[in-house]
Amino acid sequence: MSKLLVSASPHIRSAESISTIMWTVVVALLPAGMLGVYVFGRNALLLIAISVATAAAAEFAIQKLRGRKTTLGDGSAIVTGLLMAYIISPGAPWYVPMVGSLFAIAVAKFAFGGLGMNIWNPALAGRAFVLSGYIIAMTATWIYPSHSQIIGGLKRGGRVLKAESVDATSTTGAPTIVDTTTAATSTIGASSIVDTTSAATPRAAIKDEIKAAQDRDWRGWRSIRQAGSGPRDWLKAIYARNKTSYIDLFIGTRGGCIGETSTILLLLGGLFLIFRRVIAWQIPIFYIGAAALLGWALPIRFPGGAAWFAGDPLFSVMSGGLMLGAFFMATDMVTSPVTRKGMIIFAIGCGVITAAIRSYGGYPEGVNYAILLMNTAVPLIDRYIRPRKYGAAA
Amino acid sequence: MLEKIIRRTFPGGIHPGDFKNQTKDKPIAPAPLPKEVVLPISQHIGAPAKPVVAKGDKVKKGQMVADAGGFVSAPVHASISGTVIAVEPRPHALGQKVMSIIIQSDGEDAWLDGLLGDCDADALTPVQIREKVQAAGIVGLGGAAFPTHVKLSPPANKPVDSVIINAVECEPFLTCDHRLMLERTSDVVAGLRLIMRALNAKRGYIAVEANKMDAFEKLREAAKPYDDVSMMLMEVKYPQGAELQLIEAVLGKQVPSGALPMEVGACVQNVGTTVAIYDACRYNKPLIERCLTVTGNGAGKPANLLVRLGTPIAGLMELCEASAEVNKLVLGGPMMGIAQSTSDVSVIKGTSGVLLMRSAHDFSDFQPCIRCGRCVEHCPMRLVPSDLSIICEAGRVEEMQASGIMDCKECGSCAYVCPARRPIVHWVKLGKAQLAKLKAKQPAKKPT
Repeated sequence: MSKLLVSASPHIRSAESISTIMWTVVVALLPAGMLGVYVFGRNALLLIAISVATAAAAEFAIQKLRGRKTTLGDGSAIVTGLLMAYIISPGAPWYVPMVGSLFAIAVAKFAFGGLGMNIWNPALAGRAFVLSGYIIAMTATWIYPSHSQIIGGLKRGGRVLKAESVDATSTTGAPTIVDTTTAATSTIGASSIVDTTSAATPRAAIKDEIKAAQDRDWRGWRSIRQAGSGPRDWLKAIYARNKTSYIDLFIGTRGGCIGETSTILLLLGGLFLIFRRVIAWQIPIFYIGAAALLGWALPIRFPGGAAWFAGDPLFSVMSGGLMLGAFFMATDMVTSPVTRKGMIIFAIGCGVITAAIRSYGGYPEGVNYAILLMNTAVPLIDRYIRPRKYGAAA
Repeated sequence: MLEKIIRRTFPGGIHPGDFKNQTKDKPIAPAPLPKEVVLPISQHIGAPAKPVVAKGDKVKKGQMVADAGGFVSAPVHASISGTVIAVEPRPHALGQKVMSIIIQSDGEDAWLDGLLGDCDADALTPVQIREKVQAAGIVGLGGAAFPTHVKLSPPANKPVDSVIINAVECEPFLTCDHRLMLERTSDVVAGLRLIMRALNAKRGYIAVEANKMDAFEKLREAAKPYDDVSMMLMEVKYPQGAELQLIEAVLGKQVPSGALPMEVGACVQNVGTTVAIYDACRYNKPLIERCLTVTGNGAGKPANLLVRLGTPIAGLMELCEASAEVNKLVLGGPMMGIAQSTSDVSVIKGTSGVLLMRSAHDFSDFQPCIRCGRCVEHCPMRLVPSDLSIICEAGRVEEMQASGIMDCKECGSCAYVCPARRPIVHWVKLGKAQLAKLKAKQPAKKPT
């Protein structure tokens, strides 16, 4: 008989480990990223590679410096690197994901003590950092595809899209004055099948148009009155003119960050994680539910009043970064509550803040800051929301 | 038929593989007579028994060798006939050395004269049943080893109306209770009737998990004549056989924190205990042997055995052809059993299994908590084990009480599901010891 091992019970453990969880997340994330690369082109792939490599190198180097065993194998740095790349613009320069990943790993993760200790989701903290550091690179380098072009390209069997870095200065500030009916399709280079504008994300297009209409002041209001229609029709018209088609939103052939565009692939990846019991269904469902409900219900100001219940909930869900955020970022275990009830509160909070920023904030999208803000509230939620102990006095 | 469809259970818990196929079809075989038995005076919860024999004394099988050390205690009986060769401390299955009575067999295996009888168990009064159980030295054979006569003697203001037979056997690998149900079906039901009579309980329940349908059917047949006995089919889930969880699953009641099941009018008895109660009442047979399962991937010939108390574990390992590669020896099941540092220990009343593991881990390569919440979801006591693990790891004694450490039954569900492989039970055990030390130092606060 060999030497007997003595350890406390239990003597068997489930097969699930941190690395199986993280690598499963990587697998679930891959399809959406692959579509991003296909739609947006080589630059997207380059950004993903730089982001992942930087995250891995930073993790390795920091643990080396601290004299710890490397935990690269657990895959958590890879997840951070992937997510970091997924939430930057496909036309961004190479140093953006590099700085973002470095900040995510070195500051957001290791300055707080490493895996399990961070308060904020590292990738989202990284994005918040580069968003304030490289605002033009982050908000004015969109690439705008549409599904008809993609499908046409597929039929031709060749490479369909070429990413073009946009000369940011030529387009910033433009959308509010361009004719809104063509804002979404105004092109930089007519020969390119990739259309780029500064308002090339569906959310930004709508937001700019509403703002422009609001700025048109009483004349706009009078034109609504003259047309004999209400504010609801006014909004509907804006949506109709500017909205990217549902099919583009669903497939992911629309402007946006590299990995956030494809509703279907993110949904499939998220469902895969739920069925593998890697993430709790409560967070994505309540987050998306709350954001959709408020996206529909929240009043939209127009000259002379406000329109309630006039938003488009389906558009709220499929545009922007909600799917990626709800399935892959808000569900980050380290930065979400430990109880199911706490998760629901956290998710609803994310949904409320997302909708509030979208409706009233300066940014067209609110997912990033909504999750970061709710991450901050997690210790408080966990302190007060506790399971009811067995046998606790009634 | 409804009873076969509705599967009761409790909130939380886990679904480990049950690993019972290795032994579930192997009938209980009597183990060969040991040449020597080591009987610790403490095989139960409560005061240790007091030895009443000395070195050199000749003893017969069934003769009391150590008397109960109080009400919450149990006597110990000779499990073989022979000579007391020593009364000295020996390694004990719960760790440390414990005073033990060592008997060398004379090979005759002769019962104490006039001990056994065959009485009409149906004619026994509640007091007689309790006395026989107490004299037989019966304790809970599921593993906790709480003296059974204490459970059968609730104070007058806490009447017990429901008796639940714990036929769940939720620990993976173990099958000895399953075999007992199949092989001594009618005695299980008769034992339940005796317990109900002793407690004047109105309802009896036999709770069987759905992975033992054959036993469920047999017991149901045997219990048919009794209107006050109900069969309960349980979902397969660990730790369904934990007393508090079983009460919640069967009766829908929660035992208040720190109280005994009698608080909600319930009494839970394990199958093995129930059969021992029947044997004591019917035949006057003291507890000198028990069924256990020798199993695991290190057992060449896994088996369900009827084993004399005090049998050396090393002997059982030899009998079941333990592999030379066994690197972990666990007494009990894999979830709550205790890993031994030596095979030089013996079978005690609470030993339900001998688990021989090859290529086992000591799980020392754990990682920080990633707050995944798996442990919170699975804790059957609805604690927050992630917090508890961090508090206990850091030795923050002052926070332990508030985080419910004393409600933790150390079932190990949290550690089982933990993807960071954190030894949560290990820390909780340490934390409880630290807390006890702190309390011993502080003067007890007056209740307000």
